[in-house]
Amino acid sequence: MQQVKPLDHLVLILGALFMALPVIVALMSSTHAAIEIHSNGLYLTPGGDGVETYNKVLTARGGFTGDVTGLLMLGNSMIMGIGFAVGKIVLSMTAAYALVYFRFRFATLIFWAIFTTLLLPLEVRIMPSYQVMSTLGLLNSYTGLIVPLLASATGTFFFRQFFKSVPDELLEAARIDGAGPWKFFVDVLVPLSRTMMAAIFIIMFIYGWNQYLWPLIMTTDESFYTLMRGIKSILQVWVGSQIPDYNEAFALAVLAMIPPIIVVVVFQRMFIKGLTESDK
Amino acid sequence: MTLTHPSVSVPRRPFARLMRGLAAIGASEPQKRVQFDRPLTPWLFLAPQLAVVVIFFYWPSVEAVLSSFYIEDPFGFGATFVGMENYSDALTNARYQATAAFTAFFCVVVTALSLGIGLLLAVKADKVIRGAGPYKTVLISVYAIAPPVAGLIGMMIFDQHIGPITELFAFFGHDLRVGVNYWDTAIAVITISVWKQIPYNFIFFLSGLQTVPVSVREAALIDARSGWRRFRDIVLPLLAPTAFFLLIINITYAMFDTFAIFDVVVKDKPANNPMTLVYKVYLDGFKGNDIGGSSAQSVILMVVVAALTVVQFRFLERRVHYG
Repeated sequence: MQQVKPLDHLVLILGALFMALPVIVALMSSTHAAIEIHSNGLYLTPGGDGVETYNKVLTARGGFTGDVTGLLMLGNSMIMGIGFAVGKIVLSMTAAYALVYFRFRFATLIFWAIFTTLLLPLEVRIMPSYQVMSTLGLLNSYTGLIVPLLASATGTFFFRQFFKSVPDELLEAARIDGAGPWKFFVDVLVPLSRTMMAAIFIIMFIYGWNQYLWPLIMTTDESFYTLMRGIKSILQVWVGSQIPDYNEAFALAVLAMIPPIIVVVVFQRMFIKGLTESDK
Repeated sequence: MTLTHPSVSVPRRPFARLMRGLAAIGASEPQKRVQFDRPLTPWLFLAPQLAVVVIFFYWPSVEAVLSSFYIEDPFGFGATFVGMENYSDALTNARYQATAAFTAFFCVVVTALSLGIGLLLAVKADKVIRGAGPYKTVLISVYAIAPPVAGLIGMMIFDQHIGPITELFAFFGHDLRVGVNYWDTAIAVITISVWKQIPYNFIFFLSGLQTVPVSVREAALIDARSGWRRFRDIVLPLLAPTAFFLLIINITYAMFDTFAIFDVVVKDKPANNPMTLVYKVYLDGFKGNDIGGSSAQSVILMVVVAALTVVQFRFLERRVHYG
């Protein structure tokens, strides 16, 4: 239909290079020894020290912080990503169901109470949130890491839009068949929402996995460190050391970005659908 | 050929429209014809979300507003009510003003660059239908990278000993000292933030472009020979709603989501480094132990971001009405 000029490809290639080069540099440099990087700069070709570096980062205690291994942080990041995504889906689906399918007193008030949370990101109330967590004794716990982040109505908003697009006839038919609210939810709405749930899961998993500020202030106990928290630590250790562990820092960065990149690339179509439709 | 998109028109009474928009999102819009009529069941379904919202949203938010009126004793022996003093202290403080000015500058630059580059790449990717897959995959995968990871990699690329960009600047005769020199740090933080945000804009612009009907594209091809005119007169107006939505998202991103990038690059050493307002809230609250002052700054930011979100809601209403 339209003529494709070489210039278009050139722009795209330059753009793709600009985006991809830092990632490639991180990946390649992580396979070189720190001393090599220190004297020769960053690398665009693989080196021979990858196995050793990753082995150390993943399994050695005190590889970069006091006592955690990369494997433990990887596990914590996984718990954070999956826990957040699942929690978000459960909370927002049930709340959206109540808001769309029930007639009850104060519905409007509740609607506003929930959707006001969209107004303020966690960052602006970080200090008092920390104090509340410490009052509740939730510092250094998975509950404390995950649950407070669920206090935002993005998912609820999305499921509410989706439920409203579900034909009314379904509920009418279900009621004629004698289905109550619980049965309708479990047997009709949940199966119907499967694609939406998957799309939301992908986005929320990445969101949870990538959390930085909250884990940073919530966890002082290293056994709860996520990979993002580990990045902060490895940089703090650098102050004063002679040759910084460039290779280990890069390896940590690679570990932290591989799982979400895989998720996005593998589920690309579903991810784009979820992103562009849920953020409306 | 003139092609006007309904949602590009300027509303005559913006405020009335806003109120209508908010009302439309509220419960006054058409409900389901049939609903369950049970008094207790909905509360069971709402309970988890409500509990989380009350404990982890309203409680801390109210706490922030309250403590912004007090000065806390540094040794924990109670607090003194000082009214608006924390606010006036913050707003008249030279360092706060400088940070606010930098935040505004930072938001404008990051938003303009990442929107511009995202749009450019989306337009090109939309044009090359065959072979767009690999470009798309590369661009999209960067979306998945967390801001602190982006910050870490960026810091290495801007490193004083091993960073290729530092060498590039040296070649042109500038001694780049990120973390030491104010504007050098600003360049690094802006570059990293733009890099991280391009994929998001790319995804939205591309999906916006792909909803332009084939008939419109073909008509445009006949009517406007020049590619630039076609872009300016047809594609851009059709993308306006997407662009507006992204504008708000990008400003919010630059204000808040870049926190980790600043933290990694500046590393708690504010000495002579640029920072955003939200990073200052964190430094004053956690490192400086100035809880009242930090809370007052939080509340100021709350007002700013709430205003932005209301504008976004208004846009949302437009989409609901005009598709």
